[in-house]
Formats: sequence, C-alpha cells, structure tokens
Amino acid sequence: MIDMAVVELSRLQFALTALYHFLFVPLTLGLSFILVITESVYVITDRPIWRDVTRFWGKLFGINFVLGVATGLTMEFEFGTNWAYYSHYVGDIFGAPLAIEGLMAFFLEATFVGLMFFGWDRLSKRGHLLTTIMVAVGSNLSALWILIANGWMQHPTGAVFNPETMRMEVSNFKDVLFNPVAQAKFVHTVSAGYVCASVFVLGVSCYYLLRGRHIELAKRSFTVAAAFGLASSLSVVVLGDESGYALTDNQQMKLAAMEGMWETEKAPAGLTLFGIPSNSAHETAYEIKVPYVLGLIATRSLSGEVAGILPLVERADYRIRQGVIAYDAVEKLKVNRNDLTAREAWERHKSDLGYALLLKRFVADPRMADDATIAKAAWSTVPNVPALFFMFRIMAGLGFFFILFFATAFAFSVRRRFDRKWFLRAAILAMPLPWLAIEIGWLVAELGRQPWAVDGVLPTFLGASSLTTTQIWATIFGFTALYGVMAVIEVKLMLSTIRHGPEVYEGSDGESTPERPPATTFTAIPAE
Amino acid sequence: MSIPFDYETMRLIWWTLMGVLLIGFALTDGFDLGSAALLPFVGRTDAERRMVINAIGPTWEGNQVWFILGGGAIFAAWPFVYAVSFSGFYLAMFLVLSAFILRPVGFKYRSKKPDPAWRSRWDWALFVGGFVPALVFGVAVGNVLQGVPFRLDSDMRSFYEGTLLGLFNPFALLGGLVSVAMLVLHGAGWLTLKLEDGPVRDRAQRYGQIAALIAFVLYALGGVWLAMGDIGYRVIGVAEAAGPSNPRMTETVHAAGAWLANYGAHPWMILAPLLGLAGPLVALIGIRGRKDVLVFAGSSMANLGIIASVGLSMFPFILPSSIDARSSLLVWNASSSHTTLFIMLLVTVILLPIVLAYTAWAYKVMFGRITTRDVNLNPDFY
Repeated sequence: MIDMAVVELSRLQFALTALYHFLFVPLTLGLSFILVITESVYVITDRPIWRDVTRFWGKLFGINFVLGVATGLTMEFEFGTNWAYYSHYVGDIFGAPLAIEGLMAFFLEATFVGLMFFGWDRLSKRGHLLTTIMVAVGSNLSALWILIANGWMQHPTGAVFNPETMRMEVSNFKDVLFNPVAQAKFVHTVSAGYVCASVFVLGVSCYYLLRGRHIELAKRSFTVAAAFGLASSLSVVVLGDESGYALTDNQQMKLAAMEGMWETEKAPAGLTLFGIPSNSAHETAYEIKVPYVLGLIATRSLSGEVAGILPLVERADYRIRQGVIAYDAVEKLKVNRNDLTAREAWERHKSDLGYALLLKRFVADPRMADDATIAKAAWSTVPNVPALFFMFRIMAGLGFFFILFFATAFAFSVRRRFDRKWFLRAAILAMPLPWLAIEIGWLVAELGRQPWAVDGVLPTFLGASSLTTTQIWATIFGFTALYGVMAVIEVKLMLSTIRHGPEVYEGSDGESTPERPPATTFTAIPAE
Repeated sequence: MSIPFDYETMRLIWWTLMGVLLIGFALTDGFDLGSAALLPFVGRTDAERRMVINAIGPTWEGNQVWFILGGGAIFAAWPFVYAVSFSGFYLAMFLVLSAFILRPVGFKYRSKKPDPAWRSRWDWALFVGGFVPALVFGVAVGNVLQGVPFRLDSDMRSFYEGTLLGLFNPFALLGGLVSVAMLVLHGAGWLTLKLEDGPVRDRAQRYGQIAALIAFVLYALGGVWLAMGDIGYRVIGVAEAAGPSNPRMTETVHAAGAWLANYGAHPWMILAPLLGLAGPLVALIGIRGRKDVLVFAGSSMANLGIIASVGLSMFPFILPSSIDARSSLLVWNASSSHTTLFIMLLVTVILLPIVLAYTAWAYKVMFGRITTRDVNLNPDFY
C-alpha cells in the first residue's frame, strides 16, 4: 500500500519549492520586457537618461533573476527525486517539453543575460539591445514550455497507455504541443508576470516621486509601467484560462468546485459572486448569482452546459467500474502479452484505467473493491471546494483591481500628473498584491487538479517516489533553511539597491542635482 | 509519421547524445566548478578573488544550462534513468542542488557589499558550489559502476535499498577524487587562458599541476581496480535492441572485470581511456612549457576521455542493479518510445547548432584576459 505520509510530505515540498520559485519568475518575465521597452527608447532617442533607467531596473532584474535560476534547478530535478513513479509513468510525454525548455529557452536567457550585464562597453547599442531582447524572449519561452508540460497534466491529449512498458506514451505530439489548455495558461501566466513587474516598477517609481528623488527616472518608469500594466492586466483577466475547463470531466470538476456548483444548471449557467460552500454538506449556502455569465465564459455559447459536482461524481463512479476492467486486462497482459481476450478488453476500456488507479488508495488490488470503496473513490475526485471557491474569488477580484489601478495610473501619466500623493502611497502599498494573486492562482490551478497528478490518468498519490518520511523531512528542512536565508538576503539587497537609486553616468540629462552614489570599492569610474 | 531510423539506432543516438550532454557540461561548466573550487586558494586578496570570479562571471550561467538540460534530456529520453537514479540518490541530489543553488547567488551577491566578512562567506559558498558537485558527481559515477541497490516491481515502481553513507565507499570515493582533480585541472586550464600574467594565474597553474598528477594516477588506479577488483555486470542471453522499454524483460548478472570486455570486442574504444590518460599529461606539459592553449586542450581531453571511457565501459548498461537481475537499466530497455526519441532528435538537431553558435558568439564578445585594471575600474564586474 501507498504510504500517504510520504505522499503528503512530497506534495508539501513540491508546493513550497514551486511557490517559492514562482516568487521570482513572474518578475523576471515582466521586467525583462520592461527592460526591452526602456532600452529601445534609449536606442531610438539616444537620450542617456533612458540608459540609466534601463541599467537601474536591470540591476534589480539581476538580483531577482539569479534566485529564479537557482530555485528553478530544484524544480528540474524534483520530479525525479520526489515523483519518480510519475516520472516513469509520463516521462515519455512530460520530459520532452522540459528538455526543449532547456534547449530553446534556458540557453538563450542564460547566455545572453551574461552579455546583458557584462556587455555594456563591449557591444554596440543595437547589439546590447539585441541581448536584452534575447533574455526577454528566452525567459518567456521557458514559460511557454513549462506550461505546455503543465497543460498536459491538466488536459492530457496525444498520449496512450502502453501495457508493455506500463506507462503513457506519445501518440500524437502535435496534440501535446498545441494543447488548448496550455495556450490559455501560457497567455494567462505571462500576462500575470507582466502585471507583477508593472506593479513593481510603478511602486518603486512612486516611492521616488513621493520622496522627491530621481524624479526624471521615476516619471519615465511610471509612464512605461502604467501603459504596460494596463495592457497586461486586461490580457490577464480577459484571457483568463477558465475557457479551457469545459474540455474534460476533471477540468469540469475543477470549474464546478471553483464555482461551488453542486448541481448542473440549465444552460447558460449563472456565475456565483459569493457563497459559503461546504464539502461535507454538498451545498453552497448564501449564494449570490449573476445569471448566464458562467455559461458564457466557460462554454463560449448560450447552450453549452456546465456540469455540477454531484453529476460529475456519478460519472466518476461509472468510469471507475470501467477502469477496473481495464486494470484487470493490464494485469493479465503482464503475465501473457499475447492474451487476446485481455487485449480486446483493454482496447475497449483503456481510457478509464486512471480511474481504477484511484482505488489503490483504499485497496491494494482495485479488482477487490466493493461498492462502498468505489463510492469512496468516486468522491475522492472532488477537490477542496471551499478553498478553491474562495481563492478563486480573491484572485479574480485582484485581477479586476489591477485593471482599475493601472487605468488610474495611465490616466495620471497621460495628464502628466505625478504628484497625487494618495495614489503614490496606494501604489507602494499595492506592491505585494500581484504576488498574492499569482501564488493563489497557482494553488487554484493545482489544487483544483487534485486528486490527479495527470488529469484522469494518474492519481497524485501514486506518483510519489518510494522514500522515507525522514528523507523528505530532511530536504524540506534543508530547502526551507536555504531558501529562507536567500529570501532575507535578496529582499535586503533589493531594498538597499532601491534606496541607493540609479547610478548616474556622464552626459545624463536627467537629475537636476545628480546624487553621486558613495563610491564603493568597485564602482570607481563609469565605463562609458 | 514514419520514422527514418529504427528503434535500435534511435537508442544508440540518444545514448551518444547523453554522452555529448555530459561531456558538454564537463567541458563548459566544468571549468566554472573547478575555478570556484580553486577560488579561496588562488586568490588571497579581494581583488585577486574578483579576478577569478570575473573570469567565469559572464559565461557560467549559460554553462550551467548544460546541467539543467542534462536533467531535462535524461527525463525525455531515458525516463527510467531519471526516475530511478534521482530518487535513489535522493540526499546526494539534495547536496548537489544545494551547492548549485549557492553558486548563482554567490556570483551575483558577493560583490554587492564591500564588507570583507560578507565577501569571505560568499567565497566559501562559491567554493562549496564548485567542490561539492564535482565530488558528488564522481562518487555517483563510482556507485553506478559498482551497481546500485534498486529493484523495479511489475508496475515499474522503483525501490531503493541503499543509504547516503553507503554511497561513500572506497571505489566511489576514488571516482569522486578523479572527478574533483579533473575539474580542478580544467578550472586551472581556464584561468590560465583567462587571467593576465600574475600571482593568481601562477597559483592556479601550481594547483593545476598537482591536479593533473592526481587525475592521472587515480584514473589509472581506477582502471586497474576495474580489471582486478570485483566490479562489473553483463547481460545474460540477448537483450532485444528494439524491444519494449521494460527492464524486467532482460536479465543481467554481476561479473567481475566485465566492464573491460567492450575493449576486447571493439578495440577502437581504447581511444577513450588513452585520451583520459594523455589529457592530464598534455596539460602538465602545457603548464611546464608555458603553452597556455595546450593546458586547456589537455584538461579538455581529460574530461572527454574520462567521461567517454565510463560510458563505453558500461555499454549497453546505463544503471546496473546490484540487488535484482531483472531491474538493470540498459540502452535497450530504459528509453522513451521510438516516437519521442525521434521528435527529440529533430528538436536537438535544429536547436543545438543555434545554441552552440550564439554561445560561441558570447565567448567571442567576452574574449580577452581579465586584468587587475578591469577589476578595479569596470562597474559591470562582479
């Protein structure tokens, strides 16, 4: 039997390391493009202030970037270390985007990031802009490939189980590549990163404006961030990835759970603004609903039905029973790969094999499961409804807040009003919010996928490595300590860099009273 | 889609590509690891240490991607190897990852504050970031050669029955020392090319000479151990080269001396160990004769030869099991599907040349020796 303590600890470690990694990634995704914008302006206008702007944000980018890289290392190997059975079971499909990510994206960003920092006096202006663009393209491509991998976990297309190798194998790579869920997720995620970086740049700029320091840099950065942020916040909400949820039973379950919708409604279903869902009572109390909206968003039609949780559980019950037939066939094929009856049964029921595996949580051999156990397994397909319901509302609420926030900032920047104290203060206070929205977004997406590691194919609890709890505790403590120290250092360095402000180089037309930074041991003379 | 190569050929290609990746990692990031391991010893003052750091500063990040890509490519092409080895070597992997996490942060954050205590702490963090992975990789190879205590059940779930301390046995430690010596030599070779004439470069070369001698002697000793010791595995019967990726369909057995059998069957393979032995000597001659390029060429030969010889000795084994005859991972039973191998080959054939081209360009842009003047004046330097 599976040791559930090992599974839960492995999940905890994965969540911790992924959430931590994703503190740095969104800022990298967005800030790299903001650098491209400011440096392009520098190359086009040839005004040195824009170089100072680029180099200042570039410095903050660098501090953040290394931690994204460092914590990303853990992620690349954690599937193998902690999710060995998962890695075996779906490596034939899931490994490919990870390898391509390395080849296409990581090399690009990592090679050019060195030139971006070291190449200011070795490259022409255009040459340097090109390296900055490559860093931005590289980091965004890496998001594309990891979301193709994640999209496949949410909506596994283009693959079949092979009883001879006991794993999923690619049947149609195009389907894996052009997975609609992956595309929706990609746009949604990178847009969220752009929002994050815009809020960050805007917040720091407002801090300078409020203090009356580095005004020229702050105004320009404010303007860039407001425009980029407005476009991105619209994109993140409009292209939110709810549209992909109608595709499979389990993604439908995620959608129903997020909405706290227990019964299927007549199409088009209404959107619940508020309510108090309960996993045990199977109902959502005190609902406030807006008619039609959910059906429209989720199915993009007036007639499409959005399934409720209870009917989906019934479907799961049915699919588990079919899956047991498939499981039985696989066991027979293990003994004799030429067993024709087993082969035939397998072909008929193979799409439900994953459902039979849900039973392994309760019985060692799914074929021994009674009705009560099957019912229990069917109910295990319901994720944590109240958590999803509330987290989704916080995330979506923040999404709408950002649109409003950037619309305001944009209006101020167009009218050149950089002196509204209340807004400057609000912008500083708003700085943690994108991270909150993004981390919650990850939780909604991945908790909503439970109990599956790969939707309908492999339950999470089967994916874990055969480790001991002591081993996992050791690494959880280790990573927490290491990451904790890193976090403290990086925040301190960020703050001191912000307090220190931009370096001012000769010929800048920016500051009226240039504040020369106190000369440290290594910034004696500017290179240019 | 019809695939132009048969399954056997695809597996051979991917076995070769896995070697190319590991060698690519050793040739590029290897000198970063070696330089970092040398850092506290060849640099006495802050300025001297910053010379070492900036000699690898602009390019280590790209080099490190060989390591990440190694993980990704093994996942994609050899999922069994990815799953069994990383979960089996669980705590050792944690050590390597922690060391690798210290590195980027060390490079980037060290020179952000003038405080000597701060800098000295990061210097030692960078040392750990270079030394620990170099050691653990070698120890891991030493264990793989001896066989790893894992077994697969009929669902292909892997169970590992070893301990962290068990990894550090005498033969594995020998592997670890060869790896450290080889990479330290490579680091010295890089610093020879990259630093201006002066005390730091002199010290790097002095350590380089010691490392070359150690690498030569211990690598030779490793070869003798393989011939005389109780190490080696062979396949019983015939492993079907185009069979399904199911390790339980093949049978293997422990056989002393079997790792040298390939050299009898395919004499050309002897080139690899010869290169591994010649490399350190060439580097030594380079240092003695003040031929800078020869030093780096020699250390590169050592990396290439030593890593290739491990792969060739074990072929077709990738990860032998020491406790179960029907679990060993071979080139013929542990790969991805035919389709995935082919798709990944297409992707590699298109992308790898592009990667190599812009990497070469990046090195060209940063070409030239690091001078004391640069370190004092260039504001972009770490």
